[in-house]
Parts: sequence; structure tokens; C-alpha cells
Amino acid sequence: MERLAFDVAHLLAGSIVLLSLMLLYQDRLYTLINVFAMQAVVLALSVSWQAWVQDAPHLYLTAAIALAVKAIVIPVALHRMIRILGIHREIETALNTGPTMLAGLGLVALSMAVILRVTSDADILAREDLAFALSVVLLGLLTMVTRRNAVSQVVGFMSLENGLILAATGAKGMPFVVEISVAFSVLVAFIVIGIFLFRIRERFDTVDLEALDEVRESRR
Amino acid sequence: MTGAAAWIGSNGVALVLAIPFASAVLLLFLRGYRLSARLNALSSLLTLLASLSLLAARPAASDYLLVDDLNIVFIILNAFVGFTTSLFSASYIAHELEIGRLTGGHLRFYHAMYQILLFGMNLALLANNIGLMWVAIELATLTTVLMVGIYRTHEALEAAWKYFILGSVGIALALFGTILVYMAARPVVGEGPNGMVWTVLVEHAASLDPGLLNLAFVFLLLGYGTKVGLAPLHAWLPDAHSEGPTPISAVLSGLLLNVALHAVLRFKLLLAANPEAIAPGPLMAAMGLVSLIFAGFMLYPRRDIKRMFAYSSIEHMGIIAFAFGMGGALANFAGLLHMTMHSLTKSAIFFAVGHISQAKGTQRIDDIKGLTVSHPLLGWSLVVGVVAIAGMPPFGVFMSEFLLVSSTFARAPLLALLLVLGLLVAFGTLMVRLHALAFGEPVGRNERVKASYVPMIAHFALVLTAGIYLPAPLVAWFQHVAEMLH
Repeated sequence: MERLAFDVAHLLAGSIVLLSLMLLYQDRLYTLINVFAMQAVVLALSVSWQAWVQDAPHLYLTAAIALAVKAIVIPVALHRMIRILGIHREIETALNTGPTMLAGLGLVALSMAVILRVTSDADILAREDLAFALSVVLLGLLTMVTRRNAVSQVVGFMSLENGLILAATGAKGMPFVVEISVAFSVLVAFIVIGIFLFRIRERFDTVDLEALDEVRESRR
Repeated sequence: MTGAAAWIGSNGVALVLAIPFASAVLLLFLRGYRLSARLNALSSLLTLLASLSLLAARPAASDYLLVDDLNIVFIILNAFVGFTTSLFSASYIAHELEIGRLTGGHLRFYHAMYQILLFGMNLALLANNIGLMWVAIELATLTTVLMVGIYRTHEALEAAWKYFILGSVGIALALFGTILVYMAARPVVGEGPNGMVWTVLVEHAASLDPGLLNLAFVFLLLGYGTKVGLAPLHAWLPDAHSEGPTPISAVLSGLLLNVALHAVLRFKLLLAANPEAIAPGPLMAAMGLVSLIFAGFMLYPRRDIKRMFAYSSIEHMGIIAFAFGMGGALANFAGLLHMTMHSLTKSAIFFAVGHISQAKGTQRIDDIKGLTVSHPLLGWSLVVGVVAIAGMPPFGVFMSEFLLVSSTFARAPLLALLLVLGLLVAFGTLMVRLHALAFGEPVGRNERVKASYVPMIAHFALVLTAGIYLPAPLVAWFQHVAEMLH
């Protein structure tokens, strides 16, 4: 039984990492959102599994929130928004797929190496879960960095947040997990509404901060 | 009367939180500008009084709230600057209403958000639970995001968006760090809420898993460091400061940065209590030094006056983080003093800059000249403020910087050289800019504004007094806290 609990948790967490890697090379907004919705479904499954294994019924609520908000409401809203903003044909001019994927794999390896090394005496389920969660967080950051479009940055942020939920549910008995997932849903709702209301299309930042400052200041 | 005093004494913590919250709800429904501005100031004053009552009667720590020697400094400073800013805000916002940059609906929202921000910051400072602290900082961040975007111009929205995204990333990293701290605590203090109570964590710090703690601190430093405005995660700060209403720039610079720093200090204490964990100091000192030097060089090219002072805030947060990172009684003392002086001076500078940009109708440095001729009181206030923030004697900032530099020279001469380099670059730039801003022939529009000079002058008077004479009880207090911080 112990073995099975471990394997299933492993499988689900691993699939979330895999979906995070898939997010990296999606160059169409629609497919990006679909992959994200899939990740949210797997996250909901993983959280429910943890709820069952840990015998922690409140985690079912977190799973339900993940499923309802991130797998259904947000993706549907984003699909509509893309149509209304007229950016559905846009192809992302991110970095090339090759280097991005290599960087992503590097990040996964990094988080495995870091977490497995520092947590040698923690219990095995928690530590592997944590290693997966850190990979998802770092891959989410990478997705945000390599995208130009506000919508896909938000998708990157939400996948980062999936990693946080994964970590929080993996930490047995952690308080406030439900509250945190609600707080994040509110945050994400704010972001999505923000994009829509203010028609934010371009990404907020360039790598070259100095250039940005100059442009902004000379515009005055 | 004594009954009332006793009641306030025993409920100080509740009042510090309840007053801003209740007024926020009230202000949301209140129409009429004069009334809400007054209520805003009154509520801030009451919060200040309630926070002062914490000095007299300190409640025992509960699972959620805590008052100790460290956070009380932050809370009182917070409440004081919150109060003076509410006075400044009354005259500033009146002008914005006159010229139609803000309307009635925005106004109710603005005042309610101001109080919510104070509530969030007080909660973050009082929190004894690292989860609650995280939630409170998120709340404070979200309210400032909304306030930065309140003018609804393209630039303001872009600044708010940038702040929002970078702030969210910071906050997400901080949460990951918080989870890691819980995981480190779980085997020792058991499952459940206890694993997040700060006092419990510190008590058991020596037996927590050092590897997890190290990793947690890296995430917490990056996450909350984003909020502090430490390089390389400072990118949101100049925009947020320059595009929002000036009272918000003052509160951001003077207070919110400190609140995030307080969170970092709490976790630094946790790590310092664990003998096997890495020393958190060098990481903080390195980030601080990089921010200081980077911001020092970034000051010169700025053409927007609020943006320039935003970079100056990054510089000073760098100095403070460096001081706390160096650690030791003297450097910590310098850090605390510098933090207090910076909050007072920088918010007063923003008060002056707010009125100046209203009088000139622009924030461009090139279009502002000869202020001491056209607006003597505002111009000279700016001169005093910039001289103070640049670290000239006899102001308090000079004293804290002097203490820091001399203590660093004794321990790490090479770092002290870098520190002095950063300070000098910033000093030179500020003086060059100040010369152009304050002296010479006035150019452009020169409208009169109804400015509120009292908060500004009060801040400068405090900074000047602190530079000449620090009262012995205050010194003793800061020394005590400095020792507590290791």
C-alpha cells in the first residue's frame, strides 16, 4: 500500500513536470492554454491523491478549486479574451525551442540535485514531491521569461503557482493550504481581469532595463 | 479615564489592526472629499497613538500575533509616517481633484486603499505566523498595485502591471521558502499550525534541518528581497514610484520596503539560531552592496525627479540590507538607525517633490529649475532633504552612514571601499542634480500650490535632531535590538 501511494504520487507529480516542459515549446496561444488546463487537471488529481493518502479531507477543497478555476474557468476566459483581443494568430517570438528546452532540462536537473542533496533525511515521499515542485516553479519562471505576450506570461505564472500548490500539499499537515489556494485564485483572477480591461498585449519588460528607462523617459 | 487608558493598553495590538480596517470600510462608503481626508488623517493618528501604547503595555505572544523589541520599532515608525503622509495626502489630493486628475469615485477608493495598506503593513509586522505574514505582505502589495495604477494613464497602468507581475513572482518565491521552512520544522515541532509559528520555530531553530533552512532562506531572500527593491529584482520600483500618486511613493519608499525587510530579518534570525545553517549575513550584504553601487550609478541618467528618488531608495535599502548583513552590534545599530532616518527623510522628500511637480506641472528634471527663487519654502525643503539623504552632517543619515562605514572598515576594509564608492557616486549625482533643481533662473510654469509644510518640516526636524543628539533611551533601545539581531 505504502509502495502504491508512493508510485501514484510520483507518477502524477512527474506528469506535472512533463506538462511544464511541454508549456515551454508551445508557440500558439490556444495550445499553450490547453496544455496549461491539462496541467491543472493533473494537479487536481495529484492533490486529491495526497488528500486520500494523508487522510486530509480539506485538501479535496484545494483540488476542487484547482479543477474549477484553473482547469475550466480561467482557460475558457483566456480563450474568449484571445478572440476578443484578436491575438489568436500571433506566434510567439520566444527563444528558439532547442535552447529553451535545454535550459528547462537543466533547471529540472538542478532542482533534483539541490533538493535531493539537502533533504537526505526527510521522508522520501515529501522530498521527491518537493523536487518535482521546485522543477515546476523554476520551469514556470522560465516560461515567463521567454514569453513576450502578457497572456502567455500569465500562463507561465499560473504554472509556477501549480508548483507551489504541489509543494504545499506535499508538505504533510501544512496549515493554510486551502487559504493559500484561494488567495492565489483571487490573485490570478485580478491578473486576468487586468489584462482584459487594460488590453495589455506586450510583455512588461525587456532584458535591457537601461534602454527601457531611456525610452520611457524620453517619451515625456 | 484611567479605566480607558488601561483598556487601550491591554488592547493595543487589536486597535493597531482594527482602526485602519474599520476606517477603510467606512471610507469606502463615505462621499465628500474633506470629510474622508480628515477621517483618513484621524484614523492614522489614532493608529499612531495605539501603536505608542504598545510601548507601555506589551501583550504576550499568541499563535498569530507577536509584539517584541524588533517589530515595535517598525510599527511605530510605520504609524508615524503613515500619519504624516495622510496629512500631506490631504493637500496633495485636493490639488489633484482641482485639476481633474482624480474624480470622486477614485477618491473613495484611494482613501479606503490607504487604510487597507496600513492595515496590511501592521499585520505583516505583528504576525507571529510566517503564513499570516506572507498573506499580509501580499495584501499590502495588491493595494499598492491598485493605487499605482489609479491615474489610469498608459504609463501608470504599465507601471502597475510591471509591479504586479514582479511582485507576484516575488511573493510566489517567498511562499515556496515559507513551505520549505514548514517542512524543515515538521519533524521537530510536529504537524499542524505550530510549524509556522515564528516564536516556536526560533525556539527549536537549532534542531531544524539546516539544508532545508538554507534553501528556504535563498527563496525568502529573493522573494521578499523583490519587495525590498534589492537588485537584481528592483525593476518594478522606479516605475511604481514615478507613476503613482506621490503620497503612495512616500509610503512605498518609507514603509512598505521596510516591512519586507522586516520579514527578511525575521528569517535571518531563524537561520542565525541554527549553528549548522549557512550564515545568512553574507548573502544579504552582497545583495545590499550590489544594489547600492548599481543604484548609485543609475541615479545620474534619470530625467524624472520621482524616478531619481526611487533609485535613491534602492540605494538606501541596499545600505540597510548591507548593514544588517554585516551583522554585529554596531552594524545592526547603524542599519536600524539608517532605516529610521531613511524612512523619515525620503518620505519628506517625496512630500516636497509632490508639491513641486504640482506647481511646475511636470516631473522632468530639465524643466524644473531655480526652485529656491520661485518657491522658496518648497525649494529650500528640497535642498534640506537632498542634503540630508545624501549623507551630509549634521543630519541623522550622516551618523548612520558614518557608523556603518567605520565599523565596516574595521572588519572588512575591501567591502568598506566599495561601500564608500557607492555612497560617493550617489552623493555626487544628487548634488549635481540638486544644484540645477534648486538654484538659478526659474523656468516654465510657476503656479502657487497650497502645500502642507508641517509634515515635511516635522520629518526634517526629527532627522536633524537625531543627527545632533540621540536620546539615551532610544540609543539603549536600538542597541538592545541590534544585539538581538546578532
